[in-house]
Amino acid sequence: MDLYALLAQLLNGLAEASALFLVAAGLSLIFGVSRIVNFAHGSFFMLGMYVAHSLIERLGGGSWRVMGFWGALLLAALVVGLLGALVEMLLLRRIYKAPELFQLLATFALVLVFNDAALWIWGPEDLLGRRAPGLAGAVQLFGRAYPSYNLVLIVVGPAILGLLWVLLTRTRWGVMVRAATHDREMLGALGVNQAWLFTGVFALGCMLAGLGGALQLPREPASLGRDLTTIGDAFVIVVVGGMGSIPGAYLAALLIAEVKSICIGLGTVQLASITISFSKLTLVVEFLIMAVVLVVRPWGLLGRPQATNRHAAPVEAPLRRGSGRYAVAITVSLLAMAALPLLNQSLPYAAVLGQDVLVAILFVVSLHFMMGPGGMHSFGHAAYYGLGAYGAAILVKAAGLPMPLATLAAPLLAGLGAMLFGWFCVRLSGVYLAMLTLAFSQIVWSVVFQWDAVTGGSNGMIGIWPDEWLSGTRYYYLTLVIVALSAYVLRRFLFAPFGYALRAGRDSPLRADAIGIDVKRVQWLAFVIAGVFGGLAGTIYVFSKGSVSPDVISVGKSVDGLVMVLLGGIQALTGPIIGAAVFGVLQDSVMRATDYWRALFGGIILFLVLAFPQGLAGISLQIRSWWQHPRMAMTAERQEKLT
Amino acid sequence: MIKKVSFMRVLLSSLAAVGVLSSAAAMAEEPIKIGEINSYKSQPVFTDGYKKGMQLAIDQINAAGGVAGRKLELITRDDNANPGEAIRQAEDLITREKVDILAGAFYAHIGTALTDYAKQKRRFTLITEALSDNIVWSVGNRYTFRLDASTYMLVASLVDDAVKLKKKRWALIYPNYEFGTSAANVFKKLMKQRQPDVEFVTEQAPPFGKIDAGSVVQALSDAKPEATFNALFGTDLAQFVREGTTRGFLGDNMPVYSIITGQPEYLEPLRDEIPKNWVVTGYPWYSIKTPAHQTFLTEYQTKYGKENLRFGSIIGYATIKAIAAGVAASGGKTDTESMIKAFEGLEFDTPDGKTVFRKIDHQATWGLYVGKLAVVDGKGVMVDYHFAPGDTLLPSDDEVRKLRPAD
Repeated sequence: MDLYALLAQLLNGLAEASALFLVAAGLSLIFGVSRIVNFAHGSFFMLGMYVAHSLIERLGGGSWRVMGFWGALLLAALVVGLLGALVEMLLLRRIYKAPELFQLLATFALVLVFNDAALWIWGPEDLLGRRAPGLAGAVQLFGRAYPSYNLVLIVVGPAILGLLWVLLTRTRWGVMVRAATHDREMLGALGVNQAWLFTGVFALGCMLAGLGGALQLPREPASLGRDLTTIGDAFVIVVVGGMGSIPGAYLAALLIAEVKSICIGLGTVQLASITISFSKLTLVVEFLIMAVVLVVRPWGLLGRPQATNRHAAPVEAPLRRGSGRYAVAITVSLLAMAALPLLNQSLPYAAVLGQDVLVAILFVVSLHFMMGPGGMHSFGHAAYYGLGAYGAAILVKAAGLPMPLATLAAPLLAGLGAMLFGWFCVRLSGVYLAMLTLAFSQIVWSVVFQWDAVTGGSNGMIGIWPDEWLSGTRYYYLTLVIVALSAYVLRRFLFAPFGYALRAGRDSPLRADAIGIDVKRVQWLAFVIAGVFGGLAGTIYVFSKGSVSPDVISVGKSVDGLVMVLLGGIQALTGPIIGAAVFGVLQDSVMRATDYWRALFGGIILFLVLAFPQGLAGISLQIRSWWQHPRMAMTAERQEKLT
Repeated sequence: MIKKVSFMRVLLSSLAAVGVLSSAAAMAEEPIKIGEINSYKSQPVFTDGYKKGMQLAIDQINAAGGVAGRKLELITRDDNANPGEAIRQAEDLITREKVDILAGAFYAHIGTALTDYAKQKRRFTLITEALSDNIVWSVGNRYTFRLDASTYMLVASLVDDAVKLKKKRWALIYPNYEFGTSAANVFKKLMKQRQPDVEFVTEQAPPFGKIDAGSVVQALSDAKPEATFNALFGTDLAQFVREGTTRGFLGDNMPVYSIITGQPEYLEPLRDEIPKNWVVTGYPWYSIKTPAHQTFLTEYQTKYGKENLRFGSIIGYATIKAIAAGVAASGGKTDTESMIKAFEGLEFDTPDGKTVFRKIDHQATWGLYVGKLAVVDGKGVMVDYHFAPGDTLLPSDDEVRKLRPAD
């Protein structure tokens, strides 16, 4: 790459940075004020593209086409902003008081619904938009043709940054938004109507996402896959820049876009005798950057430590040992699971689905162990599941280990991974910790995805079946025993002094420290334990399917785990079990009920979210409290309305 | 407690009794059940036409009295683009639906997982669309057959033309996963064999679905290639074409050899922005003049209206035709050994003519269309194409034996 080539690549990066910034700015704004991890942000971006496409097809022709084109872009952003306002008022407003991260479950459901809605309205084909009128060509820069539309993008990014800055620092509304970022309770006490403030911020954030999508349309077609690819990028940028910091988001977008451009420009490079493909490195480069930034700066480039969030659910009650009835319920469920293979005549599928549900339960219980009692939210738990699965596969196929030995050794491999990554992660907290776990899991994923010689690359590994003596229903029973024992052991940990120390460290790190608990070390240990059991789940999985591919480490797998924890209820130990079982069975049944199963599945989750904001495991508590204190519940409700 | 157990037993035995009775009664004219697993939700553009193609063939065959006196019944399942779920759906189809024949797979990793499942469970399985060469070669086994032309065949169909071009400096661009990397490797290998002085000046492998098209195009053009091999498709392709045209990389001076670009799924979204000078593989359903294809087209559009066909349409149609031919050849027996025996060397009809499942590696010899891209009436189409028969696109038998482990 000569100097001009480098400069031209930097210019490419500048345009990309603007595109990335627009998506991330809205997400950062929303998180800063409402603490909502808006998983549907990518969907708003995607809808922005589709709406802009429809509008431009109608308004972008004829003699008014220049005005029609730009008007259509702005109109698309407004439409998406309006949709955002509706979502906030109808859905999110009802669940602000739910346990932390619960809103993620609601927005996850929205992703499913919006995706199917887009499929229904616009069809499955990619829709290529028109080029911007007057800006379809290129200008000569550094001896190369450079698309003139990119010049617009380069200007738009910083312009929006400036506008947001003015809005947030020079207007009364902006002052209130910033105040809400620091202390929402206080703002409410001063008589500011928070409800409308939140609606406004959410709508503005969604509008920015929609604008980002609309502006992208002259460069790429609107497609149904764009929601999920966008949300990944957006989260990375927001976190690298520092959650809630808009200038940070721009800086992060710039950093990531420029590094990517340079990697692409370098292409394949010979260093000594090693060939490095920087082009292939772009698969994971943003996550590498995120990992480095978070290790060096725990709150991102320009972020500040998060103020305590006093608006969420009250601190959860201490864990209580189960009653007699609880033991009976567990025994009955175990017996029922054990009876499933006996139904092979009438319900042959029950054991097949049961096998997958059991594996999911172990995966989710291990995730809940660190998320719930440990207070460490992980967005990358699939890393350990995948290390367990691939560990077992490699030990059996490459090292020739017998299956029982591999089953024992593979979870320890996952534990080693957790030990390494956990050491970095426990130094962080909140969303930053969660995003660092995601970065590590993406790094593991990209290594597995590209290391053809060892992991089989994107196609994965095959021929990893259990030994002959474990075939058929025997493997199901082995799974049942392992999962039940593991769940018991994890529960036992929580009622041991270690578990108390862990919860103490979560609820009050300072006080825990003062009575002599090494909080970080306890958290690290919990991280490793969760990793080992997550790995065990992956190990059981791989022998039940006979093959493994990089999907097991993908973001989607981690998100499924999160969703199951939240669905079941993060504050109850049975939550993950109920969540995994309900999610598994529900998804399986809606998938064959209708072609638009995503929308139906999302709709059901939305219903559950609104009806049971404590999660499914909280239902019994909810009912009991109504039963025992109907008066109190009503008074509390009335009080809530007053505030 | 005792009461409960006995109740359960009564319930179970009565259920079992009902099952036995009903199956005995229905035995005589039970349909042949085909269980099909595909990524319906994840790949709606392909699978929509695919499902329609399958249903058309099923209806035609059943209207003509079925196969060996039995009707065909199709049961489809969505694998949610996940191999683990694909395996579960396969188990469901086998245990609950009691299907006779398993078929399906769009994604290579799902095709690979199903291939291995077929081997483990000793079940005849027809992989329909997944393109990976591994499915018939490195992980191939006696239970698995594959219908669509493989990655190797796609690339091989372009090499003749590419060699004739006599260009020395080539650039490669492909999505960073097995389909792209193996296409690039086959292209490099075949070109080196035919044109030893060929030079590959740059390779770009952007992540699938996440190309930074501007930077990629510039990096390609900075390497000053004389010709380009492309394996991008979908949104990546659209972005690459747009940036490449705007930046003057694509056009009169840059011949591009590109696999699957001519399939309507990927060509239609490009609208009139078809770059000049591209040689592609694809499916020009709108202008194929053979009587067999004309008939297929008419029947398809009669059933579903004047809508555009997809590559999935013909693949789905041929899937059912192949299975029906196999069942007919085995005399109506659908057990695994009979099906393998019938399928090895089986000749069956597709709208593109006679095709054979090779005995040596179980790959169908279905060929593909190779031609140029052009804009006609504001739409991208393939022109000047020819049909390259599949048996001419595969390596020699000796080579195949080396690639495929013995059963």
